[in-house]
Amino acid sequence: MLRKIDRDVKRFRQIVRGVIKKEFRKYLTQGELIGKQGKHIVSIPLPQVEIPRFRFGQKEMGGVGQGEGEAGEALEPQPGTEPGEHILEVEVSLEELAAILGEELELPRVLPRGRRTIPVEKLKYSNIRRVGPESLRHFKRTFRESLKRQVATGQYDPKNPVIVPIREDRRYRSWHVREVPESNAVIILCMDVSGSMGDQQKEIVRIASFWIDTWLRSQYKNLDNVYVIHEAFAKEVDPHTFYHLRESGGTKISTAYELINQVVDTRFSPESWNVYLFHFSDGENGDSRDTERCMEILRDDLLPKVNLFCFGQVRSSYGGGRFKTDVEEAFPGEPKIVTAEIRDKDEIYDAIKRFLGKGL
Amino acid sequence: MNLPAEIEKARRQIETHAREYGLDFYDVVFEVLDYDHLNEVAAYGGFPTRYPHWRFGMEYEELSKTYSYGLSKIYELVINTNPVYAYLMKANAPVEQKLVMAHVFGHADFFKNNLWFSKTNRRMIDVMANHATRVRHHIDRHGVEAVEDFIDACLSLENLIDYHVHFIERQDRKERTAPGADDEEPTPEVPRLKSKRYMEKYINPPAFIEEQKAKIAERRKKKRMVPEEPQRDVLQFLIDHAPLENWERDILGMVRDEAYYFAPQAMTKVQNEGWASYWHSTIMTQRALTDSELIDFADHHSGALAMSPGRLNPYKIGIELFREIEDRWNRGKFGKEYDECDDLEVKRRWDRKLGLGRQKIFEVRKIYNDLTFIDEFMTEEFCERLKLYVYGHDTRTGRPVIVSRDWRKVKERLLFSLTNLGQPIVHVVDANHANRGELYLRHRFEGVPLDVEKAHDTLKNLHRLWRRPVHIETTDDDRGRLLTYDGTEHKTTRL
Repeated sequence: MLRKIDRDVKRFRQIVRGVIKKEFRKYLTQGELIGKQGKHIVSIPLPQVEIPRFRFGQKEMGGVGQGEGEAGEALEPQPGTEPGEHILEVEVSLEELAAILGEELELPRVLPRGRRTIPVEKLKYSNIRRVGPESLRHFKRTFRESLKRQVATGQYDPKNPVIVPIREDRRYRSWHVREVPESNAVIILCMDVSGSMGDQQKEIVRIASFWIDTWLRSQYKNLDNVYVIHEAFAKEVDPHTFYHLRESGGTKISTAYELINQVVDTRFSPESWNVYLFHFSDGENGDSRDTERCMEILRDDLLPKVNLFCFGQVRSSYGGGRFKTDVEEAFPGEPKIVTAEIRDKDEIYDAIKRFLGKGL
Repeated sequence: MNLPAEIEKARRQIETHAREYGLDFYDVVFEVLDYDHLNEVAAYGGFPTRYPHWRFGMEYEELSKTYSYGLSKIYELVINTNPVYAYLMKANAPVEQKLVMAHVFGHADFFKNNLWFSKTNRRMIDVMANHATRVRHHIDRHGVEAVEDFIDACLSLENLIDYHVHFIERQDRKERTAPGADDEEPTPEVPRLKSKRYMEKYINPPAFIEEQKAKIAERRKKKRMVPEEPQRDVLQFLIDHAPLENWERDILGMVRDEAYYFAPQAMTKVQNEGWASYWHSTIMTQRALTDSELIDFADHHSGALAMSPGRLNPYKIGIELFREIEDRWNRGKFGKEYDECDDLEVKRRWDRKLGLGRQKIFEVRKIYNDLTFIDEFMTEEFCERLKLYVYGHDTRTGRPVIVSRDWRKVKERLLFSLTNLGQPIVHVVDANHANRGELYLRHRFEGVPLDVEKAHDTLKNLHRLWRRPVHIETTDDDRGRLLTYDGTEHKTTRL
């Protein structure tokens, strides 16, 4: 039965969605959502949804409380205990957020390449059998069978309702085998951490990666992440290091591409994985010989293996490099390559639109 | 739906106890609901028949979320109607159900007997259902969006009502029925005292006559102002004077009716909960509890009355005050003699064996609301015993800080938060401000400024109803401010 409240809940969710969509550019570029991220949901503060009233400014107001402590002593802030100070936070699932992202940026759905979807056998415990291990015994079913039998044979005594199952009554949980086509994807995020990449640039990378991740996660069942940082050398790191490490030194992009190539070969064979490579850098490379080497790796090794290679050139305070131009010149018209220049946070929106707009 | 046999038995038993104690209530209909259904009813403010609106959905989500995280659970839900409807949660243990039922009878008695509920409509369920039908009808004709937007705008002004309106006999209603009559009257003469001619200028000095003339002119001018006097019931004013479509006026009226229906509950929260807690504890501990239930009862009872640091629990404040009143009147700790006694030891052991406690608390539940209740009965000893304090926010860090433990300050602060339900007092002053049909409101400043951001948003909604520029006069940083919204932008003018 459809309850009355469901309609109101649905309407509320619609309104929330509307507000998020309206302010989406702000949410997308400010990065405040990322800190609020749970495993499957994001809580978004939405004071706009509340009904405004004439009321007192809460900060000046204070109130009466109860407990120990002398005058002048600081209290633990109690979230949400003071009426009106509680800011409405709405929980939105990552899928929903991805859907909004898709609608707003008009992103096409990603079509995983045919040969890369391989059917996988999945087990689901939705079956009942008469034999099986005791650990999987279905107590309720067993009881029911037993009761049925006793009633049918007239052994059941309502005054003394003792049910004794015999071997034939026992029922066990069992599995069904289902074939599920499964598409796997891996996002390889690669960032330049040389001295010229400051905190602001990293923040941009962080926000952009969050949205890329959210979108691709909504398109694939299995999504893996690989984080690679590089300066004069490249290494694979955990996400925390990826976003927080700051190093200095020169830049040799080819080292990163070599490492990535290796990682793809050993762990993510292109036969069964859709590989997405995102590289963020300020575009300064050590010398032109290294740039040539990069193009070589890209052409011969990486491009055939990846679905998409995106290069985001983040403008740093030291000005921009020319790696983006180099890439564009080396591969004119190559559909798998997307480049974008991100000068400040506001341009993340457009960069993401470019990166994901191809639907590869 | 019939109650499960066990609960029905307990209900009959507890109802008998309650009546024996002298509680007086309309019939109470109990219903047992599972948590989900209970959350739904609670989201609708107790009326499952209410009109469709998203905020009920929001409320429901919040309730379900906090319930499933184990943060909160609804114990009781009582609706002030005749008969009283009360909802019990299915998953509660039998002893909890008994406690809740005893509590509910306390509320039912309070609803029936407290003065502030004397004007509420006891058939509100039907009214709400009618409202829902009408709102649905309007939605069918004008579309969800339009109706919903309008409801939002009305709700935004929901608190601009006069909580005492039902208790004020309006004199001016009759006068207003004859519009324009005044205008044709000739200017009345200033009444003069009889005098001999030569005494005239001493008995009726010309300066005085002039003054009176000016006053009469002033009064006549005032009469032509709409409203004649600043009006606190802004919603009624808008219903009477705002340029609304019929369906809009209908909805605004509904919102106003519902706001007035819920107002007494907000005005007596502390007292109502205190009274119900007093009775569940009395009935349970003196009559209804079996030995085996004692521990569970104590657990739930203390849970309901727990004060977490930094937070006031109306149940606790209420029950403690009622108990203190009972004790004081039992021992005769009141009156001139007691007040003037300054020997603390004598005061502490004061006992006139009057036994008036029960009688007194019944009287208190009849004629007080939270504001007068606290004002009258909160004493220095009480504040100290409950360790109450006033907190404020550190201007530098923004963190809450204990400001004072002085009981007078505590009481003052508490009374402030209960005056007009802790909301700013706003009057309509002029409907033709600057002679341009603009609406002028005034916030009566009492030391705490308005939340400017919210005020802006609220003005926007007010503009939606008034359709001409709207103003609110308020005070901030000890200076007068006029916040204006003219339909396109917000403006702040210093006064």
